[in-house]
Amino acid sequence: MWKWFHMLASPPHFYRIAGLTIPWFGWPALVLILVGLYGGLVLAPADYQQGDGFRIFYVHVPSAIMSMMVYGIMATAAAIGLIWRMKLAHAVAAASAPIGAWFTFCALATGSLWGKPMWGTWWEWDARLTSELILLFLYLGYIALRSSIEDPQRADRASAVLALVGVINLPIIHYSVVWWNSLHQGSTMFNPGAMSIEMKWPALSMLFGFMLYYGAVLFVRLRAEVIRRERNAAWLRQELAL
Amino acid sequence: MSLADFFYMGGYAAYLWPAFGLVVLVLVYNVWSARRALAEARRAAARRLQMEETRS
Amino acid sequence: MQTTGLLKAGGLLYSRDLRLAFRRWEQVTQPVVFFLMVTTLFPLALSPEQAQLRQVAAGVVWVAALLSALLALEFMFRSDYEDGTLEQLVLSGQPLWWLALVKAFAHWTVSGLPLVVTSPLVAASLAVPTGAMMTVVASLLLGTGILSFLGAVGAGLTLGVRRGSVLLSLLVLPLTMPALIFGARAVDMAIMGDEPAGPLYLLGALFILSLTLGPFATSAALKVSME
Repeated sequence: MWKWFHMLASPPHFYRIAGLTIPWFGWPALVLILVGLYGGLVLAPADYQQGDGFRIFYVHVPSAIMSMMVYGIMATAAAIGLIWRMKLAHAVAAASAPIGAWFTFCALATGSLWGKPMWGTWWEWDARLTSELILLFLYLGYIALRSSIEDPQRADRASAVLALVGVINLPIIHYSVVWWNSLHQGSTMFNPGAMSIEMKWPALSMLFGFMLYYGAVLFVRLRAEVIRRERNAAWLRQELAL
Repeated sequence: MSLADFFYMGGYAAYLWPAFGLVVLVLVYNVWSARRALAEARRAAARRLQMEETRS
Repeated sequence: MQTTGLLKAGGLLYSRDLRLAFRRWEQVTQPVVFFLMVTTLFPLALSPEQAQLRQVAAGVVWVAALLSALLALEFMFRSDYEDGTLEQLVLSGQPLWWLALVKAFAHWTVSGLPLVVTSPLVAASLAVPTGAMMTVVASLLLGTGILSFLGAVGAGLTLGVRRGSVLLSLLVLPLTMPALIFGARAVDMAIMGDEPAGPLYLLGALFILSLTLGPFATSAALKVSME
């Protein structure tokens, strides 16, 4: 098991395996997302209260779930990198940040576009939207810290500390925002409640599609990170076919 | 249901299509930027190797 | 090879930091002046009417205090980093989390405490009733403490980084939002004449959390920056 682990972590092996795996993530992702889009836009019945407007749900909720999941993966990878000094784990954290930030952006933008017809305003200081916004700030801070430290090893370790501090704070931020929100206004939150199965499956298809998509993009970015960190000239020369 | 009905989306077209369009755009952009990052890393590595070769 | 006891080492470091800080007097006074000036801007921008000021007073006092304390945060380790003292501290054999805690506390004494002391003045100028003063002081006492212990992590991470001060705000501000929510809420409740104990307790919980976890994260951050 450990031998396999070390082999995977060695740059040449990882680079090759990642290259082989990308299509296995990418194509199913594309299929699942297309099926989810078709199901969500065409097959799913309109909501009895929100009509067709509720269909934004099919991009909003999967994006929001991904934004949090990617932060969780990023922080876990950062912890592994800090504890076992594993370069590959740091690379996973570094490669995840921009993808997670974009998912967060999508969740915010679609939430705003959903809020306009439902709440009558582009931006409601709703607990979930607000904590999503703070999550975006955390991602941006992480990316800014990384990009302002030149030495890659120091950038890895510094941003890992930040990611861990952020992940401890995330639940605190979330619950404090919920508490603050419940004091200031009545519950205007949209509650999807119990959804029927024909309404639910396109969302699940989208979510799994997004997960596989994240895997595919992550592996492309990881290959870039591996090359950037690699100092083993012989392998690089062979790989780049010089 | 006609195609026009589909695009009209029960009056929510102005919110729904931008939301879906934006997400699709971001998904495409992420793939593109990741691939560009990989190509750039490869180019930078090749340049580094060539410089090392000329030096030695 | 611990030759000096924890308490003694901490005391020495604390008194040294204070003496150094008072030698650079403007670093102590600047955040306070900033605090006073920012809170003066609000009546000018909104209205001099007492009732209206009282409505926004809690938020204004808290945001202004947070920004003023943030202004000073950057200097927590800066000069020690530049003259090599920090390296000596890392190598001193004392646990780094303890030294980080002491340094954060010393920094709070010269940057956070003055804000707490001047806060009643500021609050009074914003038409906060006298009955709410205790809450203003108590909430800011905890709040500036949270900012110092949490901010120390950010200050440690941004050592020797280009454009460090902007980056530092970017890193620390999202983390302090829970404190802002509870602190401003406590003050607001006190102004309305309610019992502010609830949000104050939560603020206290946040303070304990940042006091206990912050120094460990700070020492990790300092180790990374010293490599």
